[in-house]
Amino acid sequence: MAANMKLEEKVTQKTTMSGADMLIEALKAEKVEVIFGYPGGAVLPIYDKLYNSGVFHVLTRHEQGAIHAAEGYARISGKPGVVIATSGPGATNIVTGLTDAMIDSIPLVVFTGQVASNVIGSDAFQEADVVGITMPITKHNYQVRDIHELPKIIKEAFHIATTGRPGPVLIDIPKDMSVLEAEFDYDQEIKLPGYQPTMKPNHLQIRKLVEAVSQAKKPVILAGAGVLHANASEELRTYAEQQNIPVVHTLLGLGGFPADHPLFLGMAGMHGTYTANMALYECDLLINIGARFDDRVTGNLKYFAPKATVAHIDIDPAEIGKNVPTKIPVVGDAKEALKQLIHQNGKPADTKAWLEQLNNWKKEYPLMYKQEPGTLKPQRLIEMIYEYTNGEAIVTTDVGQHQMWVAQYYKFKYPHRWVTSGGLGTMGFGLPAAIGAQLADPKATVVSIVGDGGFQMTLQELSVIQELNLPIKIVIVNNQSLGMVRQWQEIFYEKRYSHSLIPNQPDFVRLAEAYGIKGLRATNEEEADRVLKEAFALNAPVLLDFHVTPDENVYPMVAPGKGLHEMVGVKL
Amino acid sequence: MKRIITMTVNNRPGVLNRITGLFTKRHYNIESITVGHTEMEGISRMTFVVNVDDERIAEQITKQLNKQIDVLKVVDITDQAIIARELALIKVAVTSATRGEIYTLIEPFRASIVDVSRESVVVQVTGESEKIEALIDLLKPYGIKEVARTGTTAFPRGSQRAASSNKLPFII
Ligand SMILES: Cc1ncc(C[n+]2csc(CCOP(=O)(O)OP(=O)(O)O)c2C)c(N)n1
Repeated sequence: MAANMKLEEKVTQKTTMSGADMLIEALKAEKVEVIFGYPGGAVLPIYDKLYNSGVFHVLTRHEQGAIHAAEGYARISGKPGVVIATSGPGATNIVTGLTDAMIDSIPLVVFTGQVASNVIGSDAFQEADVVGITMPITKHNYQVRDIHELPKIIKEAFHIATTGRPGPVLIDIPKDMSVLEAEFDYDQEIKLPGYQPTMKPNHLQIRKLVEAVSQAKKPVILAGAGVLHANASEELRTYAEQQNIPVVHTLLGLGGFPADHPLFLGMAGMHGTYTANMALYECDLLINIGARFDDRVTGNLKYFAPKATVAHIDIDPAEIGKNVPTKIPVVGDAKEALKQLIHQNGKPADTKAWLEQLNNWKKEYPLMYKQEPGTLKPQRLIEMIYEYTNGEAIVTTDVGQHQMWVAQYYKFKYPHRWVTSGGLGTMGFGLPAAIGAQLADPKATVVSIVGDGGFQMTLQELSVIQELNLPIKIVIVNNQSLGMVRQWQEIFYEKRYSHSLIPNQPDFVRLAEAYGIKGLRATNEEEADRVLKEAFALNAPVLLDFHVTPDENVYPMVAPGKGLHEMVGVKL
Repeated sequence: MKRIITMTVNNRPGVLNRITGLFTKRHYNIESITVGHTEMEGISRMTFVVNVDDERIAEQITKQLNKQIDVLKVVDITDQAIIARELALIKVAVTSATRGEIYTLIEPFRASIVDVSRESVVVQVTGESEKIEALIDLLKPYGIKEVARTGTTAFPRGSQRAASSNKLPFII
């Protein structure tokens, strides 16, 4: 009898634990390698359990840094990024990152602390309606109201974040829930009748697409980040080669198809190449794979692919037909769809004349910029970085002109090397994202290319780079201005540079040194060459302040409201 | 054009907020919403009436709703044979002279008087929205003091053969 009781006690001891312990056990069960966070009152019970847990926690210096780092980690590792923040201000500091991850389909699981259940709704200290605030910017969110539900909620969160169209999922945990105890059962089956993403595409639609390709004379593939999320780069190449179809990329899709491939036409959209944009304008069959026809890609919809039959492969049915009428909708995973298309091995399109025309355009209208001896052109700087890294580095950027120049001049050969904020265009993204990217791939060369404006939005994360000795090369494309804003003011507001010129930027080299990071500066091409050589020879973080020509504009350009065929700045 | 969308959802805290938030975010205008329990425990039914002319937007609405994890099923039943009903309470001013008239007037609508005072009566009526509008119109000259309407709740008829039956005269 006594022995029996002891046994029972043991069993319950094994499976009953506090909410905070459950969280840590769940992270282990999900094989989470790293979490990014910042402590505070409402998450103290969780941080207390983290103390001896063996879970690798990176203390960023701002919650925004934590969530962008998690995004960078997710983009490179293919695994969900995990974030923890406290209630109120901690949670509101991650709102930008959640929105960014939502629009760019980045899988995240985010834990926020909340005030204790019994005071929720009383405007308690550091209370914010985080579930309400984050409802439209998460794929799903939860507030834990019953400790018994916590294991199920965490398990569902990881499932929802990583399947179908990926996205951020948030779990709001009232402080008492971290302390209360219940049974921890993480082996339960996930039951979500309202969430059944379609992976396998409809065979009939695939047949229709095969038929359309066989009839096409001017087909083109527009490949977006969906190809990367589905790990379908191999399949994309095989399919394009099998069917002789040229490929253009969206900003976020870069690397999905090798930039040095003869069938690659470059990036499409506002600052896309002439050839990519004209291909979209002239094509008779447009096959969109995992892109959402964002307005920066399509330009004025009235003139978008006016002669084309549109086929769209997407895991999210709501994206199909949202902006562009679609004749052949294929709901499913990009990899599955491409596999089926390859397997069908249909009659390839007769694209000989089309490819010839495209190649002529490529020769006639390459990306170009004016050289000016004795200066440092931002475009040249990106080319130099490309050369130094052999086109194989992980590159993260911020938002603005430098981002566009990287997209244009860093010719990504491989998938999952490119980390940028696309849909939201979040300044301050680049530096923290590089931290996550480097942690996801410690051996890779990571270059974080940022503007002098955006860098100052999250520069506090230099502290983390130094602390973890991450050998990130931080490249500031310093044009003493909010370059992209300045460019628009030059073109559309008669050079009235309202609050976009910043001639008195801080001394970034000394700033780096204050953080214990080596700083280097270059003001012309020769110096740039020298400091790049020095930086890449070091297995340590280096900040490089490049003073580029300040009045450079990004071209070609499709002005807002114009069609893709109405690019300006195509020739010097 | 008015569209009727019905859905079944998990009866969880915040679900209504999720749905109405989605409508706000995407700029869809809601005419009415009704929510109530279904025969299944933990599952509620919602009926939305929205005003959209563009087919593509109508399709977007159902697709976006479908993406919500707590939404189990969405159907745009506008073009189906449906039963759609709304309830309204209408407080009408009366005098001893008009009281009898009002009783006769509401009779063909199968409406009833559910509250009587010296200066007013409360009329309760159920039916399709058009029927309710019609009754309100008829009562207007007497002086309407207050109207409370539930919004439409609806579902498909048992037999879908009579696809045009929703266009039958509204008084049934
Ligand atoms: C958080 C945020 N605020 C404002 C903007 C608007 N914006 C877009 S580009 C840009 C200028 C960026 O300047 P900088 O970081 O120096 O990069 P550059 O364009 O000069 O390369 C601004 C202000 C934004 N994208 N994000």
